[in-house]
Amino acid sequence: MARVLISLPKARKGEVVEIRTLIQHPMETGYRPKGDGTSFPRDIIQNFVCKLNDTEVFRADLFPAISANPFIAFTIKAAQGGTMTFSWTDDQGRSQTETADFVVE
Amino acid sequence: MKRPAAFALALLWATPLIGGTAFGQTPDARRSGFEEMSRESQAMQRDDTANPGMFAVLDGEELWKAKAGSAGASCADCHGNAETSMKGVAARYPSFSAVRNAPVDLQGQINICRETRQHASPLPLEGHDLLALTAYVGRQSRGMPIAPPDDVRLEPFRRQGEALYKMRQGQLNFSCANCHEDHAGQSLAGSLIPQGHPSGYPLYRLEWQGIGSLQRRLRGCLVGVRAEPYSYGAPEYIALELFLMSRATGMSVETPAVRP
Amino acid sequence: MTERGLPPGLSRRAALAGALALLTVRPAQATPEAMRNAIRDFTGGAEIKTGRVTMDIPPLVENGNSVPLAIKVESPMNDADFVKAIAVFNEKNPQPNIGIFHLSAQSGRAFVSTRIRLGDSQTITAIALMSDGNFWSGSVELVVTLPACVEN
Repeated sequence: MARVLISLPKARKGEVVEIRTLIQHPMETGYRPKGDGTSFPRDIIQNFVCKLNDTEVFRADLFPAISANPFIAFTIKAAQGGTMTFSWTDDQGRSQTETADFVVE
Repeated sequence: MKRPAAFALALLWATPLIGGTAFGQTPDARRSGFEEMSRESQAMQRDDTANPGMFAVLDGEELWKAKAGSAGASCADCHGNAETSMKGVAARYPSFSAVRNAPVDLQGQINICRETRQHASPLPLEGHDLLALTAYVGRQSRGMPIAPPDDVRLEPFRRQGEALYKMRQGQLNFSCANCHEDHAGQSLAGSLIPQGHPSGYPLYRLEWQGIGSLQRRLRGCLVGVRAEPYSYGAPEYIALELFLMSRATGMSVETPAVRP
Repeated sequence: MTERGLPPGLSRRAALAGALALLTVRPAQATPEAMRNAIRDFTGGAEIKTGRVTMDIPPLVENGNSVPLAIKVESPMNDADFVKAIAVFNEKNPQPNIGIFHLSAQSGRAFVSTRIRLGDSQTITAIALMSDGNFWSGSVELVVTLPACVEN
């Protein structure tokens, strides 16, 4: 399980807030030389999805050009609160999901 | 506080009348590498949810509570809550170890505890676990002024560190001082030369895309001047760190810092 | 790959063989043409208008391994008119794609921020797909002295 840091502020109804996510992952590009003529094999997070109450609010397709320990920030207009999930999926289809409460007052 | 006899330090040395507490704000010419970074990198360091160095701190927090060795003891068993017991500790390392009869850095002290108290094997230098624990302990001193101990036993080692700092070496025949005293603030191939204060170690370096110790950074410099780098844990690194920390007295601890 | 006139006395075939030998030794590198193909994959060949898309990125990059990039698109971001996706492309990294970000009418602002890798000084281009089917783009030129991907 990779470590995750999420900044999910409380919001007033109608306010636009910035959500920040950071996940620990080397994002191995597949181009880093091993020193023996070969490269370290590619191993990246390909996909990131954020859902609020099971409805997708943001999604990102990532490529090797995204830095290690991918940082993704986006906004949401607070209409209703609920359960927010954050899912990262890698090249091998392995997935990790974190859950947090989105409080809208 | 001991004043160094050598002249080269006089330019950057000033006995602070007030201890610096905010990032990089000291009432003298010394500047932390934090101030030389882009505002985006500064924002990355300031925000605990955007600073990848915090991953190591979180790992360290877990390791702090983990039982280890034949004694089955965790750091917490002796030291309790790190947020109180470790406050200010990183700010006064390297310090003199009676066990080793020599100065040790913080990671060296952690390994002494592992061997003598936990009866566990020492953690590999520059390995993930040792970096995590050092980062976690260092984090507890964040914002506090660097305060090397006023210990007369450290003085010969501090002088050795100062001599190493000024010694030309490598195929390029540069000393640390050539860049970090004579040309600090100028550019080397598009990158700004910092003054070289060790205020934020272990830190997340964009170049490494990971966390690393001061020794790793010093090795990078030695390789950069085409000198043979000392092995990890070498006494030369401890002596250098002792000198660099005394040179940075009063500046704020920034662990875990971010640097380009 | 730089454009160069053939040196005198060197046959075209010999020059091409020499250039190919050089290419096989170097790792794969995107070219402006690969970027155009990648853009075409995203837009399906539709017309791309210039404007409305701005990128906040330092022109002299501190370190190519981690370059902060913030993209903003002018848009009311309501149910009738919003940004559906923003795709970012480059011309000198080993691959032309950087990321594709899918927004929604609930996003509030057309804004995305991330950190990217850059392997060389180059131009990067961001293309936004609007809910009305139109594509808008913005570009920025960057200088990179400490590149990603090509060093250990």
